[in-house]
Amino acid sequence: MAHVTGVRDRTSRGWRNAPASPFVARIGWGLARSASIVLLLAGWEILARSGTFTPFVLPALTSVLERILADAMSGDLFLGASATLYRALTGFLIAAVGGISLGMAMTRSIGIRWFFDPIISVGFPMPKIAFLPVVILWLGLYDVSKISMVAFEAIFPVVTATIVGIKGVDREIIWSARNMGASNRELLCQIMLPAAFPQIMTGLQVALPISLIVAIVTEMLMGGNGLGGGMMSASRFADSPGVFAGIVEIAAIGYCLIKGMSMLRRRMLLWHQEALEPSTV
Amino acid sequence: MRRTGLRYLPLLLLAIAWELLARLELISSSALPPLSHVVVAWVDLMRSGELVSNGYASIYRAMTGLGLSVLVGSLLGIFMAWWRPLNAFLSPLVEIFYPMPKSALIPVTVIWLGFGDGSKILLIFLGCMLPVTIGAFNGARSSEQALVWSARSMGASRLRMLWDVVLPSALPELLNGIRTALALSFILLVSSELIVARSGFGYLIGFLGADGAYEPMFAVVLTVAFLGFAADRAFQAFMNWMLRWRT
Repeated sequence: MAHVTGVRDRTSRGWRNAPASPFVARIGWGLARSASIVLLLAGWEILARSGTFTPFVLPALTSVLERILADAMSGDLFLGASATLYRALTGFLIAAVGGISLGMAMTRSIGIRWFFDPIISVGFPMPKIAFLPVVILWLGLYDVSKISMVAFEAIFPVVTATIVGIKGVDREIIWSARNMGASNRELLCQIMLPAAFPQIMTGLQVALPISLIVAIVTEMLMGGNGLGGGMMSASRFADSPGVFAGIVEIAAIGYCLIKGMSMLRRRMLLWHQEALEPSTV
Repeated sequence: MRRTGLRYLPLLLLAIAWELLARLELISSSALPPLSHVVVAWVDLMRSGELVSNGYASIYRAMTGLGLSVLVGSLLGIFMAWWRPLNAFLSPLVEIFYPMPKSALIPVTVIWLGFGDGSKILLIFLGCMLPVTIGAFNGARSSEQALVWSARSMGASRLRMLWDVVLPSALPELLNGIRTALALSFILLVSSELIVARSGFGYLIGFLGADGAYEPMFAVVLTVAFLGFAADRAFQAFMNWMLRWRT
């Protein structure tokens, strides 16, 4: 034993070299990584059971999990999640298609650029959620107003990322494509878009969580099923397991969507240099 | 001067189009009151002091929440980059909570702290902390190894190195994280005030809208939008000033 610790001391970051096989190392590393999550969950349960807080302020983890299970069995979870996802993702897709086309149009035509540039640069940092009552006034309380609010908020990062991406394309690539007789259309579809794609993807990765945030806020304000609406009605009835169940469900969905997006990025950008480097978050 | 005028001309055109659309009754004036009426309503709101008192409440909440998140988030991020065990312990938590749509926390902060300032400050603090943490972490981690080595070889203590090498090299990414947090704080502020509050911009918008007083409501909406824009521009100027040593 003493011998082993001696070796570990000499290679200052012992945990990297010490375990006998990579398999054991992987399990050990996984355990270390999950320690904080386990601690957090256990701390939640113990704190809630100890009676320091009333069950209204902090319901026990087990009761929250029971609620989620009951929601899943009765189908409410599925209905709520699909309503929220439908609103968030439809708005996101509109923002993606609209944002990429607007960004491309802005790099290609001076007139369009002149008109939209100040609107984008003033509109991007604005808290557009403040326009929500106006959108309700115009489009009503149903899906149309929620989806357009999501698209309105999510389009800005996509447009700016597209412009930055297209402007950053190497001149040499464009010149050589031109030299080899590429038409404007070919230049756009085969050169500009693929070369700008990493940037555009980054813009989409910023826009996706924004779409979820906005979808949930609009549901909280206007009702209409969905996970946000469910949380709000639970909170009105002082049903705090329902509120916490909503948080856990929303967090899980957000995590899956964003992980899925970064997996999609790695898959679609396999040809790009960045795929060789380890990615974070 | 003329160039900036030409640059922002489209905004002026939009404003004129708005005024004309409303004046010519192409859109009913309850759906879109003329811009000139909105300006008059804004002056009235300023005179009665409603806009100022509610604005003060909102800005106090946003600044306190954001200030706390910058303080805690940047310390956390830098120490996560500085001390590996802390990183190993906390990064899974950051990874789980970062993608969470922060607006889901609104009902919980209300359950914990009620309808007043506390719940909004907590919401903004929790929502804005992780972007700052991640910015500080990425920035501090990317400090050049050569700089760290040379500081060490010149006999800098660990604390001294933190201050002289790690912090300056973390600054650009940290400030970018704070800029994201600033935008997020406005979104969270307005949405939480729209949902539950008794004062603040969001409350005023909801109150006026429910009352059918659309002219002052448009005035408050435009004020909030302008404040968000102005805050971002001011922070950008501050960032450029802080990073003026960079070539």
